[in-house]
Amino acid sequence: MNCLATIQDYGLRAIGIGERLLPREDFTLCQQFTLIGSGMIWNIYFGLLSLLAGFFLANAVAVAKGARSAWLRKPAEWFIFLFRGSPLFVQFFFAYFLFLSLKGAYAFFTPFTAAWLGALIVLFLNTAAYSAEIFYGALRSIPKGDVEAADAYGLTGWTRFRRVIWPTTMRLAWPAYTNEAIFLFHATTLVYFSGFPAWQQKGDALYYANYFADKTFNPFIPYPIVAFYFILLTLTIIFVFGRINRFLNRHLPQEQHTRLRVRPQIIR
Amino acid sequence: MFSYCTDPSALSGLTWLSCYLTTGKHMAFYASFGTVLLLLAITAPVALSFGFFGAMAARSRLLPLSWFGKAYISLVRGVPDIAFFLFFVIALDQAFEWLRHQVKCPDWDAPIRQGNDFVVCQAAKLPLGNAPQWVHETYGFSLAVLTFAIVFGAFAANVLFGAMRAVPRGQMETGEAYGMSHRQTFWRILVPQMWVYALPGLSNLWMVLIKATPLLFLLGVEDIVYWAREMGGSKTPRFTDYPHGDWRMWYFAALLVFYLAFTKVSEIFLERLMKRLSHGQATTGGEAQRKAPV
Repeated sequence: MNCLATIQDYGLRAIGIGERLLPREDFTLCQQFTLIGSGMIWNIYFGLLSLLAGFFLANAVAVAKGARSAWLRKPAEWFIFLFRGSPLFVQFFFAYFLFLSLKGAYAFFTPFTAAWLGALIVLFLNTAAYSAEIFYGALRSIPKGDVEAADAYGLTGWTRFRRVIWPTTMRLAWPAYTNEAIFLFHATTLVYFSGFPAWQQKGDALYYANYFADKTFNPFIPYPIVAFYFILLTLTIIFVFGRINRFLNRHLPQEQHTRLRVRPQIIR
Repeated sequence: MFSYCTDPSALSGLTWLSCYLTTGKHMAFYASFGTVLLLLAITAPVALSFGFFGAMAARSRLLPLSWFGKAYISLVRGVPDIAFFLFFVIALDQAFEWLRHQVKCPDWDAPIRQGNDFVVCQAAKLPLGNAPQWVHETYGFSLAVLTFAIVFGAFAANVLFGAMRAVPRGQMETGEAYGMSHRQTFWRILVPQMWVYALPGLSNLWMVLIKATPLLFLLGVEDIVYWAREMGGSKTPRFTDYPHGDWRMWYFAALLVFYLAFTKVSEIFLERLMKRLSHGQATTGGEAQRKAPV
């Protein structure tokens, strides 16, 4: 099987394992599928890590934005405005060149100029800002009765937040947060087009698709392959988040479940 | 630009900066902000009309047309948009050249795809090989506009499709009770009322469109991102009168500020527009305005 050999050569090419040279001519469909698929490793890496880390920061920022003290509220508002008001593409460029000049001054910043860390940080902050806005909106639309009931039971402070406010926030925010997760995975395709170098041609799915499209001058094969992989990824996200949504709503009668309405469409 | 700029090496401080920021290249940089605004000015209405026709098609009672509309709307979902941008720019270019090839060189017998090459006859090349530089630039720019319009048209179609369904059914029925035809109720009742329902979605889309403009760079247009990279790179005294180190970080910081200001201004403007459009509408916004003390 010729294709198996290709998969062995290029299946993990995106993280530097296997054949060093990319195919140069006589591109087969198998090569394109394998190499673009191996690029998906990076998309999943960026998306998953920044989503996980961003979730925690987003919660903190959302609570800070809802705080009464201006010392907490103002920085949170500015953070959200900064990352939601400017294009992710320009944020990537800015961060890359910022790290590049910091690297000149302190050697500590050397790994930051590589995509695996630098771009991850940008994506992390970006998704934290977008998610924080979603969580903040949910935090403000918690039914008044829920909080009053908690008060009536004598719950205060941290206990009230952990047992009543936060679970309801998550429940309300979850459909919008699912969309945010999907956008985030889509946004990971920008990384290698925005200054961060693909060292030794280790890039993400779109990087390889672009490579093939440049070499064959035929966009009709590599880009649909990327689309195929991303539709698979999107369906997986919808499945996983749908499960979590069911878990969050498990105490409610069936018809009161907040439905997941998936609208993955926004660029940033 | 200023009279004291004749010998930049003798200058320092603010005067140096004022000369530096007004060089010919910087003027080109400032002009590229115009490119971005021009793209927005052209794309927004074109995408809106694409979206309008898409939504109309999706609502159509003709099944194939409705399928086409719905396929167009869902086409752009689920796939990263930048993949579409990269795809359409080449695909559209090849589609145009292929069409011209069919028209202009009917007796050409070699295949168009030869291995890794896309070969059309000389007369079908777009733009023609001997065309002046501005034609090349305009062609590239129009391809970018068309690509943006196709992608954002699908988003707008999605929003408008939802807005058309949000207009209360009773309004349409009233029109029908007055004996209006399907077409008449559509144009006289549905279309004038749907905008207030569409506006939140459309203003969101406008913000997204603003933030998508740096992707012009990927489509090969010399836009602000291109110039910021170009001008920010370190310059040695051998090639320029204004040598400096790697300033790309500052140029991109300027772009960040530009975009932040632009989105902020749009936000304020759209808020006002929403207030005006809600006036007298049967929505919570309109109701709140009605009840507000004068």
